[in-house]
Amino acid sequence: MNLHLKVWRQKNPATKGALVSYEARNIPEDCSFLEMLDLVNEDLLSRGEEPIAFDHDCREGICGMCSLTINGIPHGPSETTTCQLYMRKFKDGQTIYIEPFRASAFPLLRDLAVNRSAFDRIQQAGGFISAHVGAAPDGNAILVPKTDADHAMEAAACIGCGACAAACPNASAMLFVGAKVTHLAALPQGQPERERRVLAMVRRMDAEGFGNCSNYLECEAVCPAEISTTVIGQLNRDYAHALAKESL
Amino acid sequence: MSLNLDSKTPSGPLEKKWEQHKFESKLINPANRRKFEVIVVGTGLAGASAAATLGELGYKVKAFCFQDSPRRAHSIAAQGGINAAKNYQNDGDSVHRLFYDTIKGGDFRSRESNVHRLAEVSVSIIDHCVALGVPFAREYGGLLDNRSFGGAQVSRTFYARGQTGQQLLLGAYSALNRQIAAGSVEMFPRTELMDVVLVDGHAKGIVTRDLTTGAIQTWAADCVIMATGGYGNVFYLSTNAKGSNVTATYRAHRRGAAFANPCYTQIHPTCIPVAGDHQSKLTLMSESLRNDGRVWVPKKKGDTRASSQIPEDERDYYLERKYPSFGNLAPRDISSRSAKEVCDEGRGVGPGGLGVYLDFADSIKRLGEDKIRERYGNLFDMYHQITGENAYHGPMRIFPAVHYTMGGLWVDYNLMSNVPGLFVLGEANFSDHGANRLGASALMQGLADGYFVIPYTIGNYLAPQVGKRPTTDHPAFKQTEAEVRANIHKLLSIKGKRSVDSFHRELGLIMWDHCGMARTEKSLTRALKRLPELRQEFWQNVNVPGENESLNTSLERAGRVADFLEFGELMCLDALTRKESCGGHFREEYQTPDGEALRNDEEYSHVAAWEYQGEGNAPIRHVEPLTFDNVKLATRSYK
Repeated sequence: MNLHLKVWRQKNPATKGALVSYEARNIPEDCSFLEMLDLVNEDLLSRGEEPIAFDHDCREGICGMCSLTINGIPHGPSETTTCQLYMRKFKDGQTIYIEPFRASAFPLLRDLAVNRSAFDRIQQAGGFISAHVGAAPDGNAILVPKTDADHAMEAAACIGCGACAAACPNASAMLFVGAKVTHLAALPQGQPERERRVLAMVRRMDAEGFGNCSNYLECEAVCPAEISTTVIGQLNRDYAHALAKESL
Repeated sequence: MSLNLDSKTPSGPLEKKWEQHKFESKLINPANRRKFEVIVVGTGLAGASAAATLGELGYKVKAFCFQDSPRRAHSIAAQGGINAAKNYQNDGDSVHRLFYDTIKGGDFRSRESNVHRLAEVSVSIIDHCVALGVPFAREYGGLLDNRSFGGAQVSRTFYARGQTGQQLLLGAYSALNRQIAAGSVEMFPRTELMDVVLVDGHAKGIVTRDLTTGAIQTWAADCVIMATGGYGNVFYLSTNAKGSNVTATYRAHRRGAAFANPCYTQIHPTCIPVAGDHQSKLTLMSESLRNDGRVWVPKKKGDTRASSQIPEDERDYYLERKYPSFGNLAPRDISSRSAKEVCDEGRGVGPGGLGVYLDFADSIKRLGEDKIRERYGNLFDMYHQITGENAYHGPMRIFPAVHYTMGGLWVDYNLMSNVPGLFVLGEANFSDHGANRLGASALMQGLADGYFVIPYTIGNYLAPQVGKRPTTDHPAFKQTEAEVRANIHKLLSIKGKRSVDSFHRELGLIMWDHCGMARTEKSLTRALKRLPELRQEFWQNVNVPGENESLNTSLERAGRVADFLEFGELMCLDALTRKESCGGHFREEYQTPDGEALRNDEEYSHVAAWEYQGEGNAPIRHVEPLTFDNVKLATRSYK
């Protein structure tokens, strides 16, 4: 198949960027979206041009490193990551707009690559259980009902890609933060630090410049890990509870 | 030059060695730990757990990864599970059985002492991960659930759906984050190791490149830990992440670290077959699928009927037929080779005949589609996404692909290489899996090394090193940095015609055809002739556009491919000189009449550790003999 691409090119954060047109020719439909960009890049290289920079690593939908806003939708028109999007989802002759994930807390690095370290800093604020090596009781000493373990797992499946914030008109990271808060709140091991955790993570999230949730639910729609917005409800409840207790 | 390959294996009975060694290891008091700086390169299971644990103990740690976040490391992609000798299922498991299975699974080519330690600490890993909040699968009663895995007859594998690696890595990442917040670990993402700096023969620092700005920096420390994963991408197509590379370990090799058993590569039996020339990587379907899937091909050659049109009695469930006691759970190397055999016979399925069926029809009939969905839903979704086929309605097509590399930098019992101060953890070292790794053992080893081994053994090196840390003003740092800059300049100034990727693809094909699932003296000799030619062409004709001072993905890849081009030769040389078949290393000349790997214990019961001799010179093969006092060397049988 042949495609008309409009790709965001920007040499570095200091220069201005623009959409540049490229033709992608003879693309097999069994190709993944990133393999299509590989082919375009090989073509650019053969013409002595610099390839399009984009983030990617595992190419199997789990590492969360790939991004791209495709025709206005983070990760494009499928329920997965960009790396698991296959060209059979597109039509021959179609025009495809390819832009970076856009959120002020994700500063652009080059072309389609952005800096998502703000997510790491939110996790550093409190997304952990303080258990030091060597002190743990036997794994079966802590019984966890299967439904709770399943609930924790569903939230823990977040891959930290940032599509939620990129899709949200407020650039809210509440799905991402809610996922970690919900994962650890669902487990007995997570209880001792539950209140500290939610306060620290929400404050860090605000400080990084992410917005608040106003129920657009775009985040859930684009999330490749199928994290439900119920985690945002959990986040709000836990935050309100912790805040009230803190003010006592 | 002589190479010190003293394994420092403690004396005493096998099951007491680790305890005794921990007692005899040097302790460093908390006040002194603060004075030591430790560099950790790589933040997968081994690196993240090591950095977090050393930070927790009070060492000053600097951690580096080339990805944009430590959470991206390729450990995250491991699906199936992690082994531990808990015997929660009361099915006869024990530390000794896990030890024995791992030694046997590795085809008797690993060190008894290291493997036993691994089995011992496996139980603590599960406890610690539970404490960190890893959401392992549970039974209704709230107890931890287990599943069985290839190469074992007990259920000792703990799992978190099909995302065990992800959950274990995120656990280690959370522990790392706690230390970053506490100020004991400083994290440098998007920063790639370019070289190791040796001062008076000790590893005392590294040179890095900031992948966004191109800044070349030097870092001094009291010791360097490498946890940089395996070298499977030498084949271009593998299940590894695109960024996975051999650069860190190979550059260390060039500085004197011995590379052990590079020819031991694991070909995973259950991957999605190649779809075309555009393919950039291969995707693994967890081996756990073999618990409920049955592997088969048509009995007839060139049978092009759809799978549903082939009646039961015209199907060959070849693993069940050849290995009745292990059946579809035969170890990886055996399953892969059997798939190659039936495809070579012309009985493969799918495009090009390079595939076999993995069929869930019987399990769906027995357990219902919902149960199968609960166990493997994400894998079936992934299969659908990639191939466009629904595996609930028809069998999957699978084919073997390069997945894991057992070889790596040589390390002693303390996980230190022959270069003092250079420690190597996880897949990057050679230590625990011999010639073949069992499923669900990589996660175990990564976390064992990082959480439970290095925190004890590092003291043996560091204790006498107080006050010996050089500064980056030392001439060795200046010299190494200058060499790194010169190398980058050279890559950028060639301005040739061929892209980095085209060289990498060609290298991968040479390696797959000549040093892949089956090797011969002829194929390896041919590769050893072809590789230097390709390398020469690379250095004359590679096209690396742009400059160093920006995010330049071509430049990043060029450096890695340059190292792969040299490393491929070392692999072939190792495969050529190991004149036996064992585990993942199958030399066609050495097989039993029924096609099984034929070891030669008299001559090859040893580790081959290669010493670098400078560009263009043949490396020297050194040997660490392997002794087996606790298991009887036997022909591996899964029949």
